[in-house]
Amino acid sequence: MKSPLQKTYDVVVVGGGPAGLAAALGAGEAGAEDILIVDRETEAGGILNQCIHSGFGLHHFKEELTGPEYAERFIQSVLSRQVTILTDSYVMNIAPDLHIEVISGDYGHLEVQAKSVVLAMGCRERTRGAIRTPGFRPAGVMTAGLAQKMVNMKGLLPGRRIAILGSGDIGLIMARRLMLEGCEVVGVYELMPFSNGLTRNLVQCLDDFAIPLRLSTTVAFIHGRDRVQRLTMAPVDDQLMPILNQSWQVACDTLLLSIGLIPENELSTRLRLKMDPATGGPQVTSTLETSLPGVFACGNVLHVHDLVDFVTEEALRAGRFAAEVAQGRRRPGDNISLQTGENIASCVPHSLSPDREQVVYLRVKRPLKDCVLTIGDRYEKVFRMLIPSEMIRLTLGPEILDRYFGEHLKIEVHPGEVA
Amino acid sequence: MVEKINLTCLGCPMGCPLQLSIVDGEIREVTGYECKRGEAYAKQEYTDPRRMVSTTVSCPTGLWPRLPVKTVDPVPKDRVPAVVQTLHTLEVKAPIRMGQIILENVAGTGVTVIATRSLPEMPEAD
Ligand SMILES: Cc1cc2nc3c(=O)[nH]c(=O)nc-3n(C[C@H](O)[C@H](O)[C@H](O)COP(=O)(O)OP(=O)(O)OC[C@H]3O[C@@H](n4cnc5c(N)ncnc54)[C@H](O)[C@@H]3O)c2cc1C
Ligand code: SF4
Repeated sequence: MKSPLQKTYDVVVVGGGPAGLAAALGAGEAGAEDILIVDRETEAGGILNQCIHSGFGLHHFKEELTGPEYAERFIQSVLSRQVTILTDSYVMNIAPDLHIEVISGDYGHLEVQAKSVVLAMGCRERTRGAIRTPGFRPAGVMTAGLAQKMVNMKGLLPGRRIAILGSGDIGLIMARRLMLEGCEVVGVYELMPFSNGLTRNLVQCLDDFAIPLRLSTTVAFIHGRDRVQRLTMAPVDDQLMPILNQSWQVACDTLLLSIGLIPENELSTRLRLKMDPATGGPQVTSTLETSLPGVFACGNVLHVHDLVDFVTEEALRAGRFAAEVAQGRRRPGDNISLQTGENIASCVPHSLSPDREQVVYLRVKRPLKDCVLTIGDRYEKVFRMLIPSEMIRLTLGPEILDRYFGEHLKIEVHPGEVA
Repeated sequence: MVEKINLTCLGCPMGCPLQLSIVDGEIREVTGYECKRGEAYAKQEYTDPRRMVSTTVSCPTGLWPRLPVKTVDPVPKDRVPAVVQTLHTLEVKAPIRMGQIILENVAGTGVTVIATRSLPEMPEAD
């Protein structure tokens, strides 16, 4: 039974992945009464439904779950509260007064008014167009996440002899998955001189199956008129340009691309939210509120996460703060702005408040060994190893922050200064 | 003669680099782990390497035609292909509950396979 839809909600959550589900839970815990989650898919759970491998929930549930298990546990606890989940429904537009337009499979065109909104639209994969690989345009070139959905949910194989470009976790996990499905994975190729995947996945997904990983390598040309027939592979120089006179040929019928994720922010840009070019997501305050009061963001739409547990933690907070605003409670604004300095690629949130403990997520620009991370002049932490693909999570207490009233705080990493 | 072996702990996403010192085929010392599980992992991996398996089984009547499943305990690494092949010949009927036992003693490993999601029946087209 679907509960009847209302015209107004305290909190409307756009997207029902782990971020949206946790945001709804957080909003409910903070006292919001009417909460609506809208998701365009047939079921809530987002990307987790297709991630059938284990590796989720070690922080949150203290056990290692598969993606679908993590999603189902969350959906159960959300449904036990007064939350309505509207699936098969696409949020078309959010107006600055938080009037929301939805196209729904069951209800047709719908309009609802929110007191506050949580953006949790996740991200999508970069495609061939993003890297402009030369060659023909045959069938058999697709993103790794699409292949994952085909194999794990629809029972379709993308091909038989498979090459994978990009060594992030999605590419590695699909390499193993396709080997188990009886395909041949000819190799995983990575443009950068290092892999972006977890070492653990290099071992259990590639080494276990003797799949070769070639670093500093790219696809220089895609051959085949109707279907992929072979690839010209080439090593790259310091500028990441292919060295064509050292190229070689790889026979395969499928090329999977695992070349990065882009936060899905069409709704945010239409709302003219202030964006951060480094994360591809909106700029947010310490309460995860965007530049438009009443609109919050969390999960992959805010910045690309690698651990669902961090998504959950962030989204619980976003939901809680969204509920406060919906109930007319406002915290004092932030008074410290965070700035990325040396070796820091991005940070979220973009400002802090010294009145409570703050969680800051960071990424470094390049792999760094034995380094010191500093925030302003009162915080220092030593790291043995930092890599761009592993997000750093820090908590900063009032005792560190209360001296910086009205200031810019710079975050930096200095390599090799450990005694 | 002390033989040194390097392993990566698969116990959690930290992936600690482990060093094993082996004397006469016996582990003398393990270093490099951040938590106790790493030490246990090293011993297990050296004497009897095992892996968790997650894959799908056919469920033609389900909302999706594939049901994701996993082994509740790790199976011997060299039995992984056999486990997957056995599961690929299986067909189950919706509705399925998360945690429901799909197969016991898969491929003679003594390990149980369970469903990792609930799968309702495909609604009739109206
Ligand atoms: C292949 C892969 C493997 C991963 N492996 C691991 C792992 O082993 N361990 C781990 O901890 N993490 C892993 N992650 C990361 C983690 O799963 C993600 O970071 C997390 O799922 C992101 O959650 P989200 O809710 O932000 O986004 P999503 O899960 O993408 O959810 C967003 C939802 O919003 C909906 N949506 C978007 N726009 C609209 C709109 N306009 N209207 C209505 N609905 C909309 C989408 O349909 C989707 O359901 C993996 C991720 C991927 C892709
Ligand atoms: S030793 Fe402990 S912390 Fe390190 S990878 Fe293994 S389980 Fe994780």
